[in-house]
Amino acid sequence: MSKILIRGAKVLGGEPQDVLIDGGTIAEVGTGLSAEGAEVVEAGGKVLLPGLVDLHTHLREPGREDSETVLTGTQAAASGGYTAVFAMANTFPVADTAGVVEQVYRLGQEHGYCDVQPIGAVTVGLEGAKLAELGAMHESAAGVTVFSDDGKCVHDAVIMRRALEYVKAFGGVVAQHAQEPRLTEGAQMNEGTVSAELGLGGWPAVAEESIIARDVLLAEHVGSRVHICHLSTAGSVEIIRWAKSRGIDVTAEVTPHHLLLTDELVRSYNPVYKVNPPLRTEKDVMALREALADGTIDIVATDHAPHPHEDKDCEWAAAAMGMVGLETALSVVQQTMVETGLLDWAGVADRMSVKPAEIGQATGHGRPVSAGEPANLVLVDADYRGDVDPAGFASRSRNTPYEGRELPGRVTHTWLRGKATLADGKLA
Amino acid sequence: MMRHLISAADLTRDDAVLILDTAEEMARVADRPIKKLPALRGRTICNLFFEDSTRTRISFEAAEKRLSADVINFAAKGSSVSKGESLKDTAQTLEAMGVDAVVIRHSASGAPYRLATSGWIDAPVINAGDGTHQHPTQALLDAFTMRRRLVGRDAGIGQGLDGKRVTLVGDVLHSRVARSNVDLLHTLGAEVTLVAPPTLLPVGVESWPCEVSYDLDSTLPKTDAVMMLRVQRERMNAAFFPTEREYSRRYGLDGDRMAKMPEHAIVMHPGPMVRGMEITAEVADSERCTVVEQVANGVHTRMAVLYLLLGGNEPAVTHTRTEGN
Repeated sequence: MSKILIRGAKVLGGEPQDVLIDGGTIAEVGTGLSAEGAEVVEAGGKVLLPGLVDLHTHLREPGREDSETVLTGTQAAASGGYTAVFAMANTFPVADTAGVVEQVYRLGQEHGYCDVQPIGAVTVGLEGAKLAELGAMHESAAGVTVFSDDGKCVHDAVIMRRALEYVKAFGGVVAQHAQEPRLTEGAQMNEGTVSAELGLGGWPAVAEESIIARDVLLAEHVGSRVHICHLSTAGSVEIIRWAKSRGIDVTAEVTPHHLLLTDELVRSYNPVYKVNPPLRTEKDVMALREALADGTIDIVATDHAPHPHEDKDCEWAAAAMGMVGLETALSVVQQTMVETGLLDWAGVADRMSVKPAEIGQATGHGRPVSAGEPANLVLVDADYRGDVDPAGFASRSRNTPYEGRELPGRVTHTWLRGKATLADGKLA
Repeated sequence: MMRHLISAADLTRDDAVLILDTAEEMARVADRPIKKLPALRGRTICNLFFEDSTRTRISFEAAEKRLSADVINFAAKGSSVSKGESLKDTAQTLEAMGVDAVVIRHSASGAPYRLATSGWIDAPVINAGDGTHQHPTQALLDAFTMRRRLVGRDAGIGQGLDGKRVTLVGDVLHSRVARSNVDLLHTLGAEVTLVAPPTLLPVGVESWPCEVSYDLDSTLPKTDAVMMLRVQRERMNAAFFPTEREYSRRYGLDGDRMAKMPEHAIVMHPGPMVRGMEITAEVADSERCTVVEQVANGVHTRMAVLYLLLGGNEPAVTHTRTEGN
């Protein structure tokens, strides 16, 4: 593999430096590095970060290849600056056996746009009744370490307790989709003044908060590690803050859309805004931003949820829940966290690369930008301003809530182990 | 006038009063031997009903026929919809057939709004009830009934319901009738109080332009019109209230309770009534109960809405002049 010299890049937003890649590894970081024998990429003051890691992606393959495939999903990931994604288990068939997770893992390796780390289901068929073969999935070629019934909550307290205990044997983590099922029967949107007016079934904040409260207490009781998916309420933040102060081993994620959008958008009845958990209020959005800034919330995860056009071009109640997010995540974080002064670029690298890699044990990702480290890198033009145009998405689906909205920043280059997967904004 | 009628909240006071005044004109047609106007001759209106509602559909159909429109009734049950065809496809099929207006009833809140705003069709859309969201023509016919009874048939022309005190009782949470009525009655200047057990009031109700009370008895003496909402028996199983008996004891309207209301006060119900639970037979059959009038007024009001939305620029009813020039 040839050498690449990235010239004049603001590493983690700092002073411009040169970064020399040799093979799959960063050979040297400094100023005035020799370009001899290397392909030169003029960074011109763009920001260089470690390749992003998404702990929460839906790739839809196997089963819903009309929405997304491992190929299109990882291309979307590369376009958004990601070098590793964790693929959720709610596929058809469900990723609850070693066979399915190995298939997804292998497809990721074959396509080569980013590393795909499958997440295994906690329970058979996501039905919440019987533990899936967690150990077999961990021992498979895919080496599963994260388990989740995402899309559904592991609502039975005993099953949740057993799962938390069981994965301790191999250092796994259970990622909980916190949604008390009885409190969310018929739920369509955040329960509050807007739902009261629109006559849409309310999704109370307490349905999320009560499960988080229960699960951090369970994790404490059995001495295990729990990860909470897509926090969406100010109350959830308070519970995580309390749990961490108590020493409970809990981590939490927030999606870009919950950092920016509110339930006021549902007034349009446009199902592009229908998502699980639902968009909440301004107060919640502000609490989530603060919590991400102070580290209460550990990471940003996209919950990239592709759906075909017909599943969104319909009446609200009939529409599928979810938004695509891989290709806009960094821009939304730049707008909501960097440009508001809540996080610097090093902080972004921490929340979007270092910590998610740690939680998911994605070795080789989320590493410092320094000599001897794997060359998983992303170059960001932070000065760019432009309207989101889904027509240019690599994802097979277009269900973005940001169509026509101006967002800052653009990923121009992504390198996976020294190989460009995105160059000058185009897939390699 | 607006192009569509999706929500009572979209109506300005002037629009609402114009509809009620036009409905009075339409009511006069009902007194004629031939109850028909040529106003919408040659126009085709589709009643697109994704949810059963014989009463509302017949009311719209009567209104459409009295205006001489051609009527297509589309019931989703047993149609291609049950084979998986979407609202969008159905709407576009109707548009291709040259439908001039769509009256839609749907179990999903917001379906009429999507139909009107998604560019699927061009025709005006009239919401005949969507999920637990809105039922604007019901609110209009209720307001029409109140204005006739509480202000006066002729005295009401050009008037709203300023200062009138209206109490809505029962399942507000699941009621599109309650939502539409709160919006419209507020626009028309009435003071609205909602009375229900806390389980049947939506979280967020405090932002509505009305008062909220859990106590019917203390509210009734200050009420000019009380509107009983339908309570579905299955709500009991979902723990919204303990028993039917307890519900009717606290929130049902019987003769004794009715006696607490001022003498001029009326009792309303959108129907169908569950006699014995929310309202006793004694009340339902009393002279103060306007249920049957509401049905008749529904036709007049819907005639007014259809006429105005389909471009009625001239007075709906032309009077033969008898005086000289």
